[in-house]
Amino acid sequence: MSTKFRDLLALEPLTADELGFFLDQSKPFQEIQKHPLKKLATLRGKTVALAFFETSTRTRISFAAAASRLGADTMNLQAEASSLKKGETLLDTVFNLNAMKPDCLVMRHAASGATDYVARHLDIPVVNAGDGTHEHPSQGLLDALTIRDRLGTIKNLNVTILGDILHSRVARSNIHLLGKFGCKFTLCGPAMWVPRELEKIAPGTPIRCVYRIEDALEGADVIMMLRVQTERLNDPPLSADDYILLYQLNAERLRRASPNAIVLHPGPMNRGIEITPEVADGPQSCVLEQVTNGVAVRMAILYLLISGATETDTHPVLQAKSKESANASD
Amino acid sequence: MLLIKNGRVIDPASKTDANLDVLLDGEKIKEVAPAGKIAAPHGMEVFDASGLIVAPGFIDLHVHLREPGQESSETIETGTRAAARGGFTAVCCMPNTKPVNDNASVTRFILDRAKAGGSVRVWPIGAASVGSKGEAIAEIAAMKEAGIVAVSDDGKPIATAKLARQVMDYCRSLDLPVIEHSEDVSLAAGAVMREGVTSTRLGLRGMPAAAESVCVARDVQLAELTGARLHVAHLSAKASLEQVRWAKSRGLRVCCEVTPHHFTLIDEDVQYDSKFKMNPPLAAREDREALLAGLADGTVDAIATDHAPHEPALKDVEFDRAPFGILGFETALALALEQLVQSGRLSLMRMVELFTAGPARVLGIERKIAAGQPGDLTIFSANHSWTYHVKESPSKSRNSPFDGRAFKGGPTATVVAGRVVHRSH
Repeated sequence: MSTKFRDLLALEPLTADELGFFLDQSKPFQEIQKHPLKKLATLRGKTVALAFFETSTRTRISFAAAASRLGADTMNLQAEASSLKKGETLLDTVFNLNAMKPDCLVMRHAASGATDYVARHLDIPVVNAGDGTHEHPSQGLLDALTIRDRLGTIKNLNVTILGDILHSRVARSNIHLLGKFGCKFTLCGPAMWVPRELEKIAPGTPIRCVYRIEDALEGADVIMMLRVQTERLNDPPLSADDYILLYQLNAERLRRASPNAIVLHPGPMNRGIEITPEVADGPQSCVLEQVTNGVAVRMAILYLLISGATETDTHPVLQAKSKESANASD
Repeated sequence: MLLIKNGRVIDPASKTDANLDVLLDGEKIKEVAPAGKIAAPHGMEVFDASGLIVAPGFIDLHVHLREPGQESSETIETGTRAAARGGFTAVCCMPNTKPVNDNASVTRFILDRAKAGGSVRVWPIGAASVGSKGEAIAEIAAMKEAGIVAVSDDGKPIATAKLARQVMDYCRSLDLPVIEHSEDVSLAAGAVMREGVTSTRLGLRGMPAAAESVCVARDVQLAELTGARLHVAHLSAKASLEQVRWAKSRGLRVCCEVTPHHFTLIDEDVQYDSKFKMNPPLAAREDREALLAGLADGTVDAIATDHAPHEPALKDVEFDRAPFGILGFETALALALEQLVQSGRLSLMRMVELFTAGPARVLGIERKIAAGQPGDLTIFSANHSWTYHVKESPSKSRNSPFDGRAFKGGPTATVVAGRVVHRSH
């Protein structure tokens, strides 16, 4: 298995082995989140550029925390503060950022494929932190990690995704990752958000679109909620009351799922719209674990892309531990 | 005088396919005779077309030369040089320049520029409405006097059914074809490619095939109502083609064109690269199959390039932000040979018809190789190997998805008004 990655632009082209490698490499970083001292020196002297051309709170902070816990410095570019509004092209903005010599670019952009396009013009690793309605690879990985922790496996599960699938990059990354581990997907939401074309976006992965939440939840092992983007409710005008009536995940509906089913949400949640507080805060909800795992996954991504490490290299957490024990024996 | 000898003359208008010599004198064809029958007087320019095909001059019904107003993307001079390299002897330029060609002075400006620096004939198309804004009818009669060959609000459809009806009524009385960019703009709003599995997978906003066919249906019905000559531009969808087929079966004066990129590529070929972005967008596999069938069975009247140059600064951006359109002149014939003839779908005669007699019919003119006809000829090879390198193009733009593609057969020489305006080496 060759596991050297240049960029992380999408999960679709990665194999199950490569995806599994990312998850395995995240594991020790997960443990380190529980330590009182979370900082490593692995990427000391390296710089991670965070270029968020679309507003983001948690993903940006999560990548920044990941970089910092690996000992790297960050450079921050936010859409509001950028020259884009002054008419500079995306490529010029990125070239300027690159001229400050970062070792990696983490980028979010509202246009699908924008990270792909930028990566073709850069010689440093590029991490897609969400491109339009295409993919959100780190979210897909952190979701898989969360599922594996809770259910013990990510293989052959029944996964139900609820909401605006058409416009969701989270849904696409999850389908491409979990699909390679034999998961079956049921997509559910209002018909204009769940077009039949979705059934064919990942050849080899069974995907079905259904329009009744009761059918969608039957026997589900994993339920992924997507945020109902309020701006989408306006184009076309769709009644929020109708959405709640037809698609809100509440405790009663959740009982149709498998008894051990877990509920994921990439956030931010609209309590009372797509999900009731009872479910969001209930024992099946994994929402906060997802956030914690996000940092671990992003540490693994930055570590693997910047250091170019492969499976033969010793994991930095283990390295740090062996150093500690060596010091202890002195 | 110019003698083109030993060529295989393929002339769909007269159903000729024979080895003939063609003698040009001044701007016209003087004589056509069996190979070897015309003696070349001393000092006459002779073009040996042995092994080559000699066809009537190709006409491109749909091009954007960007002048006036967007000269950093193309000019009449650079665009017509690219057209000549592609084997075209006449090009119909769309009116969406800056300013819009919606009045006789812009029309005259274009014709003056073409006369001064154009390599091939330039036949302007006037706007149907003032500023192509879809409100008032443009001064179509004055533009006709100045030299337009058709009207269109290309880039968008004539905005409302009511105005389209009025333009058709008016143009019927002026005997001008109405060329429609058929698109329901509400269905297409915000879309950057064709809606389907690929757009869904890539997360790019798609427009359904119906965005085109709904408007073709409207226009065909209005052609029936008014009796106008309607020409559907860059038709891309199977459902649209069926509308045209229906119209033809009812004897309506409805015709259509198809671009080389739509009969070559499909939505599945789209990558996050703006050279795959054009409007109408690359269509579904079954649409392409239908277009190929329509090109073969006569439902499609012409191949038109929709040559749409955009300078690199405009095109080299995120897919969502890039303007629609790709270059078309220099790859059109080679793609037609590859996709239509070498694939066994069409005869060489039929393919030539789609570049010559077909578009001529749309414009209501004649195009054939006979004494007294204009001395416009396209001479091409049906088999020589070459590779298209967009960086060698005389066009000011570089937006072609066919850069680096290897071809068998393509333009060899282009003759306009008795003069060789391009010859490949």
